[in-house]
Amino acid sequence: MPYTAKIKVTLRQSILDVQGKAVEHALKNLGYQSVESARIGKYIEVTINEQDPVQAERIGNEICQKLLSNPVMENYSLELEKVN
Amino acid sequence: MADVTVGVVVFPGSNCDHDTEHAVASFDGVRPLMLWHNEHDLQGVKAIILPGGFSYGDYLRAGSIARFSPIMQEVIEFARKGFPVLGICNGFQVLLESKLLEGALSRNRDKKFLCTQTTIKAVNCSTIFTSLYSEGQVLRIPIAHGEGNYFAPAEVIESLEEHEQIVFRYCDAEGNVSDGSNPNGSVKNIAGIINRQGNVLGLMPHPERASEKLLGSDDGRSLLESLFHHIAGV
Repeated sequence: MPYTAKIKVTLRQSILDVQGKAVEHALKNLGYQSVESARIGKYIEVTINEQDPVQAERIGNEICQKLLSNPVMENYSLELEKVN
Repeated sequence: MADVTVGVVVFPGSNCDHDTEHAVASFDGVRPLMLWHNEHDLQGVKAIILPGGFSYGDYLRAGSIARFSPIMQEVIEFARKGFPVLGICNGFQVLLESKLLEGALSRNRDKKFLCTQTTIKAVNCSTIFTSLYSEGQVLRIPIAHGEGNYFAPAEVIESLEEHEQIVFRYCDAEGNVSDGSNPNGSVKNIAGIINRQGNVLGLMPHPERASEKLLGSDDGRSLLESLFHHIAGV
């Protein structure tokens, strides 16, 4: 069974997220005064055709580090789900 | 100048490749050679220019996919051997993603795509790209980018400063480097940096768009000329 890697890439806290700021201001303008902040990231789904979950996780981490995120300014999280 | 050939890489989505070709061809004895992203042969060029544009549509992150194109494997090798590589705008983004230069470029501080004339200061004129400028010279060179906000961790900035790798900083018309003269929020007003070995330069402003008086400024011309003098052994 292949695995779906559900990957979230977000800007590091120290990096100004201008899109998130714009959304935060828009929400406040809509009257949601309790909204404190908004940050925008990317969600990526990758299907990995591996039987072994360890192998699927290794590939998932490798592609995140190599291409899907830029460690200079981004963090990523990876969640594996079995495809039925 | 002796005859030299300079490669201009063309990615799908490059849009300053022909401007760069035009600027290169305007120098006597220098021939531009367009290199398609799928090629592996640099055909004996003496220097490479990665032009501006939106390689691969800027998908994922600007420059991130271009970095893995076939031609870039050769360009990375070429740079490691010490040959000159110049990255302009998107080309700078590709150089950072390739780790030929340190740091990253994120969204402009004020969210806008900026297409405007800027002034930058040449702060290191001992490089092969800036030898024809004088230290502190203020240059009028335009920018056109949405993601030009240079960032690097504090220790990297310190190291760049220590090794004089910051080559251009945004400044006002008088040459003052201040927050007010910083168009995109770049750390320390950084507009361009060079690698430690001194053969790879990346900058956000477009020297090819300021290479003839007709374009409103020819202040970028000396950057290309410095490089061509170097490779022609002048």
